[in-house]
Amino acid sequence: MEHAAHHLAPLATQSVSFLWLIPLFPLLGAFINAALGVRLQRKFGKGLVHSISIGAMVLSFMVACGAFVLMLNYDPEHRFLQDTLWNIFTVGKVQVDLGFALDPLSMMMTLIITFIGTLIHVFSTGYMADEPSYWRFFAYLNLFVFSMLLLVMGDNFVLMFFGWEGVGLCSYLLIAFWYTDSQKAAAGMKAFVVNRFGDFGFILGLFLLFWALGGAWHKGADGKLTYVEEAPKPTAIHAVAEHAEEAAEHEAAEHATLDIKIGPTLNFRELRDEIVITSTGMAEKLKSQTIFGIGILALVGILLFVGAMGKSAQLPLHVWLPDAMAGPTPVSALIHAATMVTAGVYMVARLSFIFALSPTAMGWVAFIGALTALFAASIGFFQYDIKKVLAYSTVSQLGFMFIGVGVGAYWAGAYHLLTHAFFKATLFLGSGSVILGCHHEQDMRKMGGLGKLMPATKWTYLAACWAIAGFPWASGFYSKDEILWKAFSQDGLAFPLLGMTPHLGQLIYIMGIIAATGTSFYMFRSYYMTFTGEYRGGDAGHGHGHGHVPHESPLSITLVLATLAIGAVLAAVIGIPMAWTGRAPLLEQWLEPALPAVVRFAEYAHSTEFLFQAIGVSAGVIGWVFARALYKDNKSQVPAQLLARWKGVWTVVYNKYYVDEIYQGTVVRGSISLARVLSWFDKTIVDGIVNLAGAITRVVANIDGAIDHYLVDGAVNFIAGSTLSAGRILRRVQTGRIQTYLYGALVGAIAIVLLNFLIK
Amino acid sequence: MGHLTLNHFLVVSALLFGFGMLAVVTRRNAVAVLMGIELILNAANLNLVAFGRYVSGGITGQVFGLFVIVLAAAEAAVGLAIILAIYQMGRNIDASQATTLKQ
Repeated sequence: MEHAAHHLAPLATQSVSFLWLIPLFPLLGAFINAALGVRLQRKFGKGLVHSISIGAMVLSFMVACGAFVLMLNYDPEHRFLQDTLWNIFTVGKVQVDLGFALDPLSMMMTLIITFIGTLIHVFSTGYMADEPSYWRFFAYLNLFVFSMLLLVMGDNFVLMFFGWEGVGLCSYLLIAFWYTDSQKAAAGMKAFVVNRFGDFGFILGLFLLFWALGGAWHKGADGKLTYVEEAPKPTAIHAVAEHAEEAAEHEAAEHATLDIKIGPTLNFRELRDEIVITSTGMAEKLKSQTIFGIGILALVGILLFVGAMGKSAQLPLHVWLPDAMAGPTPVSALIHAATMVTAGVYMVARLSFIFALSPTAMGWVAFIGALTALFAASIGFFQYDIKKVLAYSTVSQLGFMFIGVGVGAYWAGAYHLLTHAFFKATLFLGSGSVILGCHHEQDMRKMGGLGKLMPATKWTYLAACWAIAGFPWASGFYSKDEILWKAFSQDGLAFPLLGMTPHLGQLIYIMGIIAATGTSFYMFRSYYMTFTGEYRGGDAGHGHGHGHVPHESPLSITLVLATLAIGAVLAAVIGIPMAWTGRAPLLEQWLEPALPAVVRFAEYAHSTEFLFQAIGVSAGVIGWVFARALYKDNKSQVPAQLLARWKGVWTVVYNKYYVDEIYQGTVVRGSISLARVLSWFDKTIVDGIVNLAGAITRVVANIDGAIDHYLVDGAVNFIAGSTLSAGRILRRVQTGRIQTYLYGALVGAIAIVLLNFLIK
Repeated sequence: MGHLTLNHFLVVSALLFGFGMLAVVTRRNAVAVLMGIELILNAANLNLVAFGRYVSGGITGQVFGLFVIVLAAAEAAVGLAIILAIYQMGRNIDASQATTLKQ
């Protein structure tokens, strides 16, 4: 599909002055709750605490809606709201402004964050009702929303990274919310440390990109490397219309001058302008640049994706997400389903024009996404903790999103992000409702039969399962289908060290279909185990003497579930593919100005596309059929029999392929040994040197003391003594006898006369 | 007997001066010190007269000498008076005993 020639022009921005309010309200809410929360909760009760929080979220959402309405008023070419507050710092070529920008992509993200965030805040009032540190929870939630908004609304890398780090921090704070339990605290630390690994790659990629854009080292005529100074600031370049007929139409092949900054920049819009507009020559320059023999764009893409791997829990940095389920369920829903983990996808989509220049980076991203999807889906088969199932499901679905942005279907990846946010939030909050109803029981083997007892939860959960499995008319079908279809029709991918691999796309498709089948299977397994059959819990309760029966959750929870479930279904409307209606899907049209990368796909007939859609649906059906057969009403003995027969395989998969153990044995042990070595080094060598310095000082001081005591004092005393002796001797001159004095005078006079006489 | 030159007189007066100085510095008896002072003064007188006769001519030297004689007499009187006073204080006139200037 070719895109219009509007890419010729730099992004036209509309200057507004209210965008800073959107992140401000959550920040204020967090600040108030953090500073005064304890006292407010004690004096006015929890109602005030959550009112502040939810009020901040609602205000933020309303401003975001206002921005959205404003954006709709503009035609698609001009939908870019820019609000620059001030320049934070400028050092050499690095210029960082406190600026917020909303283009269609970040507008979508902002709406998701504020809308689902508000709903989850409302959910938390019910779920966390018994929590004494209520105020702390809401403060952290608001802080998280602030950081996430900074991430998506920041108009340059630095603000985005600030938000990136901020969500990592809030994730840690919220996962380890009940920090008195050392396991939960450890889970929080694990999330933070693994995130840091990713951030390291992100920073490296950022540095490399910045370096590659300007001020490169070139081999001069004398064979020596010379540093090329920065290009001048906004350069007027001549843009030639790419399509001759358009030029003839518009300005009769007249050259237009554009103001584009060429050179290293951290601002997304400037980056986009100088790369997408081919007449700047920057795209060509980047494609031909290599570092140590590796193409620089591939390296940048891979390194930035390492950051995404950490944040969005892709292989091999996925290990923190399942452990993150130690946090309260609203946290899992908001952070680890709808928002934070999608930051990686957002970043790749935002930088689509860079990734699209490098087939290697694209292939790498797509392949890792596919591998993760498959890997996580397989683990989800055997987990018993309902939240762990959903966690692995999240990892798997994120893999799908990366398949989407990897093969170049950027809008499809973003669409899956949107649909996933809705149905995963529904699933998590549904599981939260279930857990609450079962008095904090999370093991599915102790659930069952909840369909009759908690009908609202059951129906919303089922709707979300329908969506995630990809059955028609629910949103998951359209997004997942689009992704896999585009993966199949992408033959321009390359893989590191392998070069161009035309069939990588098809391989990814197969992996994706298998993962989709698995998705359907384990989701419906969790549904059947939880909601059908008879209730198996209650007797092994937490000290509850009565045989308690789970009940439906309060309205604050069920209303939120209903809203999200409806959203999960309705989100389908904006993604109906072109093959059905003849026009591009609404969301694709909306996102098109923000995703300027032109990616080529192989052309297939519409009938082929329908065939693949049918395959996708059948994959979902197959998964459902198996799940139903094995787990409906929890009566079948087949799961137990299969487990007994394939015990070895089951053990490996159940233990998550022992990835955590491998990490423990290698990375963790290695780090601890390194720490021990360094500690030894510090104690022995460094402290030894310091102590040696101290000892030397002491010795020198002693020497100085001795010198002072004997030499200096001796000299002084000697002078004093000799003065005394001289005085004693000279005292004898003063005899008091005049005759003696006269004698002296005479001798002196004679001496002078003699001297005068002898020495002429 | 050769011509008497100035030098002869100077030598004699130097000798006189030396003896006088010796007496002043060495003798313990205060009156002997006074006698030494007289000798010194007489030596100076001799010098004056000699120079008056052999160098300047006229009567300047002699007149000066007369002044000195008068002065010596007055000074001897005063000195003896002081010795008398010291004798009345300490009952002896030993110069080596007059050491109250010593600290």
